[in-house]
Amino acid sequence: MKFDHTHFRQALLRTPFHDRFVELSTTEEWMAWNTYKVPRVVDKLPTEYFAVRSGCAVMDLTPMEKYRISGRGARDYLDRLVTRDISKLKAGRVTYVVWCNDEGKVIDDGTVFQLGENDYRLCAQHHQFDWLLMSARGFDVDIQVETHDVAALAVQGPTSWSVLAAAGISNLEQLKPFGIADLRCGDIPVTVSRTGYTGDLGYELWMDPANALQVWDAIFSVQGQYDIHAMGLSALEMVRIEAGFIMPGFDFNTAEATIRNGYDRSPFEVGLGWVVNLDKGHFTGRKALLAEKSRPAKRRLTKIVVDGNKPVGEAFIYDGKNGKQTGEIKCATWSPILKANLALADIEFINGRLPAQLWARIDYQRELKWHSAWAECHSHSKPFYVPEYRSATPPMRY
Amino acid sequence: MNNYDAIVIGAGHNGLTNAAFLAKAGMRVLVVEKNPYVGGATVSRELHAGWKYSNCSYVCSLFRPEIYNALDLGRHGLKVIPLVSSMTFKQDGDYFGSYSNPNIRRHELMRHSQRDADAAIRFDADVMRWCRLIRGFLLRTPPDPGSFRPRDAFEFAYLMKKFHELSESQLYEFIRFFTMSIAEYLENYFENETILAHYSGGSIIGTGLGVYSPGTAYVLLHHAMGDVDGNVGAWGFARGGMGAVSGALASSFQAYGGEIRTDAEVVNINVSGNRATGVELASGEKLSARVVVSNLDAKRTFTKVMNEKDLPPGLLQRARNFKIRGSSGKLNIALDGMPTFPSLPKDSSLTLGHMHFTDTLGRLEKAYDDWKDDRWSADPYCDTLIPSQYDPSLAPPGKHMMTVFVQYCPVEPEGGWTDEKRDQFGQTVIDQIADYSPDFKDLLLHAEIRTPRELEDEVGLTEGNIFQGELTFDQLMFNRPFPGYAQYRGPVKGMYMCGSSTHPGGGVMGAPGANAAREILRDLKKPDSTPAEFSDD
Ligand SMILES: Cc1cc2nc3c(=O)[nH]c(=O)nc-3n(C[C@H](O)[C@H](O)[C@H](O)COP(=O)(O)OP(=O)(O)OC[C@H]3O[C@@H](n4cnc5c(N)ncnc54)[C@H](O)[C@@H]3O)c2cc1C
Repeated sequence: MKFDHTHFRQALLRTPFHDRFVELSTTEEWMAWNTYKVPRVVDKLPTEYFAVRSGCAVMDLTPMEKYRISGRGARDYLDRLVTRDISKLKAGRVTYVVWCNDEGKVIDDGTVFQLGENDYRLCAQHHQFDWLLMSARGFDVDIQVETHDVAALAVQGPTSWSVLAAAGISNLEQLKPFGIADLRCGDIPVTVSRTGYTGDLGYELWMDPANALQVWDAIFSVQGQYDIHAMGLSALEMVRIEAGFIMPGFDFNTAEATIRNGYDRSPFEVGLGWVVNLDKGHFTGRKALLAEKSRPAKRRLTKIVVDGNKPVGEAFIYDGKNGKQTGEIKCATWSPILKANLALADIEFINGRLPAQLWARIDYQRELKWHSAWAECHSHSKPFYVPEYRSATPPMRY
Repeated sequence: MNNYDAIVIGAGHNGLTNAAFLAKAGMRVLVVEKNPYVGGATVSRELHAGWKYSNCSYVCSLFRPEIYNALDLGRHGLKVIPLVSSMTFKQDGDYFGSYSNPNIRRHELMRHSQRDADAAIRFDADVMRWCRLIRGFLLRTPPDPGSFRPRDAFEFAYLMKKFHELSESQLYEFIRFFTMSIAEYLENYFENETILAHYSGGSIIGTGLGVYSPGTAYVLLHHAMGDVDGNVGAWGFARGGMGAVSGALASSFQAYGGEIRTDAEVVNINVSGNRATGVELASGEKLSARVVVSNLDAKRTFTKVMNEKDLPPGLLQRARNFKIRGSSGKLNIALDGMPTFPSLPKDSSLTLGHMHFTDTLGRLEKAYDDWKDDRWSADPYCDTLIPSQYDPSLAPPGKHMMTVFVQYCPVEPEGGWTDEKRDQFGQTVIDQIADYSPDFKDLLLHAEIRTPRELEDEVGLTEGNIFQGELTFDQLMFNRPFPGYAQYRGPVKGMYMCGSSTHPGGGVMGAPGANAAREILRDLKKPDSTPAEFSDD
């Protein structure tokens, strides 16, 4: 990314798709994501939400940090970096990973794309170049930031495959979840992965920024046949909570940016124990995680369903109605599809276990007047919402 | 002979803060100041008709909001406006700007180094961690680690608890911090030369140390631990110049019934039977009081205004050897218009904040080498601001006032200072600015040039040291100014210290003055009028 001397005149960068969002935006509600200007809501939040769950939603993913990691030592390097065993990852496959500092606290999560032999892309929430380079000492790897050089679109929802096929991206029907394929949209090369942050059927498209608008236009050219909506980050927040995905830096503090001792979190504490492989050999943070594993769990970022319909927002969690404070809600949404209040809550364990009862004290406003209510919460171990059609290959045709 | 409950020697901002809290507690307090004006190093003066200079200190961040609030300084006229940027000009025509907007700051870091942009996140968090720790001690009296009195034990336990809040590795890191050089410290994070130079500047201000000298990392903290409205690390301008701070303090003090006498130099603190009884003025007049508080630096207090025979020899020895080396100079400049800086784009906001002209650590170290050889730096580090862009009270409309803090300037160049040498020093600084601003010299109407000689003569800062004593680990916390004397009490009963020589040190902070007042009130068994610290969590 090249900046000239006048970048200060505009605090936020524009993605290659920005002009299209400007044309579609009726709300003019924008927000910053990784110093890019992206829509919070493009037009109507319920429509954008249901586009993901019922039709097809298109979201700009360009601001996501992307790193190209290549070289003979790339696999060993990544295996040392992340907590998961990625030694069996194959070219053309993606896997979800998390990485820690020496103290076993989460620095970030993301996805590793194996694009070819010794050739990987790491996608991350936060700025990782410093940590990636610090971790690279002694490895034969080359690490490049390609955030700004690769445009990315998420195309998500039950009709997403049909939409992409109609838009001219063929040979997608056999792509399995977490698969990657180098395809064409008309004559434009696009890399497509069957990945997403919505829990629904969906794809992510990776392309040269110079071709970004042509790909966008190809997708939206079939709008007459399919219900396609550009989507903002508010709808994404709803669907990602339904799908049980966490957001480092929002649901918990990332280690590098943590100031107060004890405010960072280990993968176990944020419910990512399933991506920690303590048997795979040495990786960064392993020693600390081994020690943590041997002690009773102190806390867990827990999926909870909160009874009733009061907006949960930010609330404390108690171990009983009028009980002792034992946690706090980190993110929450009303789920239109489940008609339930869903939340992720950071909950302190008692003797290594989740408290038997969980209650939220919800403060909410009605006509500017504050009210307070107790609501019982129920922990949930699985993602809240996973439609079965999501993983069907080939996907259902519309 | 007039009888006071307390006499405070020196109307520096700490003297005034101290006096105001004593008066607020109901005491009859007199402040005696040798100059015809109050403020000490926190002062604004009109030396060129129509222009107001902040003659010494020029930006505000360390001043404790608790004191601001408790003494109602807002209603006494104080306004602190936050600064929005700082920047370093490069020799190749480029520059590095540090903007307050986080997105723009990041892009500017990325313009120089992608890696450094990401490392800045780690840097910011680490510096903030140390700031939080140290901020908790500012409005507290350091414990005497050798004492078993319950209060010392309590304060020591508080200190340990604060440290306990760190993880083990953070604790080691913090201890390293006090003994590291700023260059070493920053190289843990950054690789770009300009970025390294930019962020190290604050660490040499006021010190007799260079960017590679151990101990300078802490000075970074001393400049980052303040805040403007909770924005830790931010600096601001006091509207009307820094004199507005002492002006508001003086007004608050007087509103509590306090009395100020200017043109009243103290030549001796009178002691009788190991007890301070009052002061003697240069005029020969004697004033008596139960309590005498010195706002002067520790060296001056014990070697100039106290009789040696009233002092324990050990203390006298420490006072003589107190590290208080002057190393800074200052230019205050009246300008006929706004100078232009061709390196900057036309509508750049970077002229609104700190401007620096030293773009490598090597140049910073060279500037230090000159000082060690008793020369002013041929290529000095300058912290330059034009506050009249915000503040209409400093210069006539369309005209401007520039303040230039200069590091390094020797206490005494070879052969001693002369007015001619002082002007040569000033010219070195003017030439450096003119290298980046071709119209600067044409706009120059008047300049006040201050070397350590002027700072000592006018403000009474020994050797011109801006902090009333170096901020090195051996002179901080329970070692400031000397071990055994960190609780504001002097060697004789009824005698106290309240200047920047005491904990938590130099800068326009008010904390030494308030802390000393708390100890005095405690000894007199009077209710505490000083504020408790605002807690961060
Ligand atoms: C050039 C310069 C720039 C600075 N820049 C900044 C800055 O931008 N921001 C910041 O926070 N800090 C800055 N500082 C530091 C800060 O100004 C000082 O640490 C602080 O003002 C000291 O306040 P004080 O009340 O402790 O002592 P002083 O201000 O030194 O007050 C002592 C007072 O005692 C008086 N006095 C001395 N001898 C006698 C006597 N015998 N009898 C009676 N009165 C006497 C003096 O005249 C003076 O008024 C700067 C200092 C200098 C010199």
